[in-house]
Amino acid sequence: MCENNCMHPLLQSSGKMLLLGNYAIVRGALEAGIGFASSYPGTPASEIGDTFAQLAKEAGIYFEWGVNEKIAFETAAAAAMSGVRSLVSFKHFGWNVASDSIYPMAYLGVKAGMVIALADDPGCWSSGQSEQDSRLFARVGHFPMFEPADAIECKDMTKKAFELSEKFQVPVILRLTTRVSHTSCPVKLEKMIKGKTTGQFSVDRWRTMPPRLLEVHEELHGKLEKINAWAEKSKINSVTKGKGKIGIIASGVGYLHALEAMDMLGLKLPVLKLGMTWPLPEKTIAKFIRGLKTVLVAEEIEPILAKDVERIAKTVNPKLVVRDRDSACSCELKPCSMAMRLAKLTGKKYNVPRAPAVPERPPVLCPGCPHRATFWAAKTAAPGVVYGGDIGCYILGIYQPLETQAFVISMGAVQGITHGIRKVSKQPTISFIGDSTFFHAGMPGLVNMVWNKSDSLVITLKNTITAMTGHQPHPASGFTAMGDQSKPLSIPDIATACGVETVKIVNCFNVAQTQAAVRELMAKPGTKMLVAEGECRLLFMRRARKEGRKVPTWQIDHKICNGCGVCVFEFGCPAIHYAGPPNDWKKGTFYIEQDFCWGCSVCSQLCPAKAIKVHK
Amino acid sequence: MTFNIVVTGIGGQGVLTVAEVIAQAALAAGHDVKTAELHGLSLRFGPLECHVRFGKKVLSPLVPAGRADLIFALERLESLRALEFAGKKTTVLFDTRAAVPTLMSIKKQKYPSEKETENTINKFSKKGIHVPATKAVKKAGLDPIMANIYLLGRAVAEGVLPLKKEHLLKGLEIVVPPKALETNKKVFELGMANK
Repeated sequence: MCENNCMHPLLQSSGKMLLLGNYAIVRGALEAGIGFASSYPGTPASEIGDTFAQLAKEAGIYFEWGVNEKIAFETAAAAAMSGVRSLVSFKHFGWNVASDSIYPMAYLGVKAGMVIALADDPGCWSSGQSEQDSRLFARVGHFPMFEPADAIECKDMTKKAFELSEKFQVPVILRLTTRVSHTSCPVKLEKMIKGKTTGQFSVDRWRTMPPRLLEVHEELHGKLEKINAWAEKSKINSVTKGKGKIGIIASGVGYLHALEAMDMLGLKLPVLKLGMTWPLPEKTIAKFIRGLKTVLVAEEIEPILAKDVERIAKTVNPKLVVRDRDSACSCELKPCSMAMRLAKLTGKKYNVPRAPAVPERPPVLCPGCPHRATFWAAKTAAPGVVYGGDIGCYILGIYQPLETQAFVISMGAVQGITHGIRKVSKQPTISFIGDSTFFHAGMPGLVNMVWNKSDSLVITLKNTITAMTGHQPHPASGFTAMGDQSKPLSIPDIATACGVETVKIVNCFNVAQTQAAVRELMAKPGTKMLVAEGECRLLFMRRARKEGRKVPTWQIDHKICNGCGVCVFEFGCPAIHYAGPPNDWKKGTFYIEQDFCWGCSVCSQLCPAKAIKVHK
Repeated sequence: MTFNIVVTGIGGQGVLTVAEVIAQAALAAGHDVKTAELHGLSLRFGPLECHVRFGKKVLSPLVPAGRADLIFALERLESLRALEFAGKKTTVLFDTRAAVPTLMSIKKQKYPSEKETENTINKFSKKGIHVPATKAVKKAGLDPIMANIYLLGRAVAEGVLPLKKEHLLKGLEIVVPPKALETNKKVFELGMANK
């Protein structure tokens, strides 16, 4: 936001601001007297941590990026156990990582309020592994769950969640989705409270071996019953009266899409909005559905509420027809999908208009990206091996023409998978892993490889930053979230300490050097690591622009170019293109779009005809 | 009535910036406003679509299919992709600049010409207005990244964006960093004048 010494805009004392849901959560936490926040970046939750990082010092609170979500959760839990209000945020997959520590915390409870901001990604805009619906976790773990619909509710519910968490001494989940986290509306700023930032840990109830554990489990059920009694009376779940025997039950942004769809069709149906979906306000739902013929449930991803409503209807209104959104597929809700469904139920006319087919534009590695250089060198030096993939920008290596991500499972999974492949097959493997991912969950995989004698190469893509989610620092960056200097951890030293016998470091922008290193290491037995160093080109370009430095670009000398097509059809830099007949490209032209060339020079090194020269 | 805008382009073109300028301008003009953005994966040279809706009371943050009043496209192919939101009342204001998707080059597909783009737009919307924004900004010796603000000026001059110049300038002041503000204002004026 502000680079100079001016106040962070989110710290204004009053007024109305256009805020994204994620920003509103930070403001809500400040208005609730938060003292401690932590996170590991992941879209769509990243800006919660980014914003805390920007304003923590000024606001007099503490924020850190944890090495992974589990550690981030544990540190925030410790703050709340010690009497300091805390918030931890991550995307849905982060819950999976942290869950081993999360579930016990419901049993143990907290002293100060603790909020878990958990962001799902319906539609998989920024998630390549699964379209996970995190609402079920609240039920598995006995956690109260709020579901805001927009930024106003993000702020209000964050405050309410802190209050409830502290009152009932249990962490509360604030369940977000992409269209809540990344949508904005005007939010009224209210008074911030200077929260406690120091606490005291005292040894009392933090050990729950059986049989005490079983008693605590019972107590937890009792706690949820009390919270349920509160929720049944609270305005957090509300009914808007309407006409007719068809009703809508909605949670999260689905509520706003449902209102939009009614507006489009000229309908005014009764609506039950659920702001708290666990514990489920069953009495409120029963009362709402009693006189209805049909209920449309507006919820994203899985039909969870719809199944609940069906169950509740069995006793209060057995003939009720319960419908969820139009398609059975697990995709995000949109106003038009709601309108389609409502039109069918009410006999109104609505058609989604026709649109032309347009060629795809999958996201690609940036021009000059160090990962593309490393992928190309590895592919040419070690063709035909299984290229294992992991999570980060380099996931984009799955696309043509690089295709250097044969599988992508979860953060840090690459070494476990390649190790298994090595054990059951004769196929050689290369594991690609980014540096942030290596610290997050990759280190145990490496130790396992050494211990269990893997004959395998690991290539660590070292750009010294968590690039994909917006350039957050990590343990090798040399500074913390709040901008304090810290000791940059050395991945080669860690690998050596883990028992990796051969560790090599290369500048990945030097193609020949990287190719030679890959060849050398592939020929050696045992577990080997190549650390491919190269700065994120986005940061490099930003720095150059800031310093007023012009980065030299490259061009193809058409007198020398023999039309082999390697630069486009095999390397795939977004700055290099082909124009000409589709089947005989010797007759066409290859060219570098100067606006997009970020000057890495890798294409000039790999061009077989040496036709790529500095642009003059 | 809610005024619906879909801002499109590719990651890195300033789609989010110009959408925020419009949203802040609408707020300054006293409207209720909602926006929907995408972050993360979509920023890496992929298609980027941002919704801005303003009026007395905005419900969903997403523009319903077929209901855009204005499609504001920073790239030609993306203007076509956004036609999902076009209907009889939609104006499509688009920068004629082409950024060929890498996949199209690899698959040796032909990128639609300016004429083809315009024909398709006219078939699916009320009208298309083609603006060589990137070209014009470059010609003025300025950074083509500001084509988004040039196109914004043009939108005002064409009367396809019901917001006043003073409010858009206020939006620029809120969104653009102070040291780049004067140049951005200049580009905005240039866009307005070159109609």
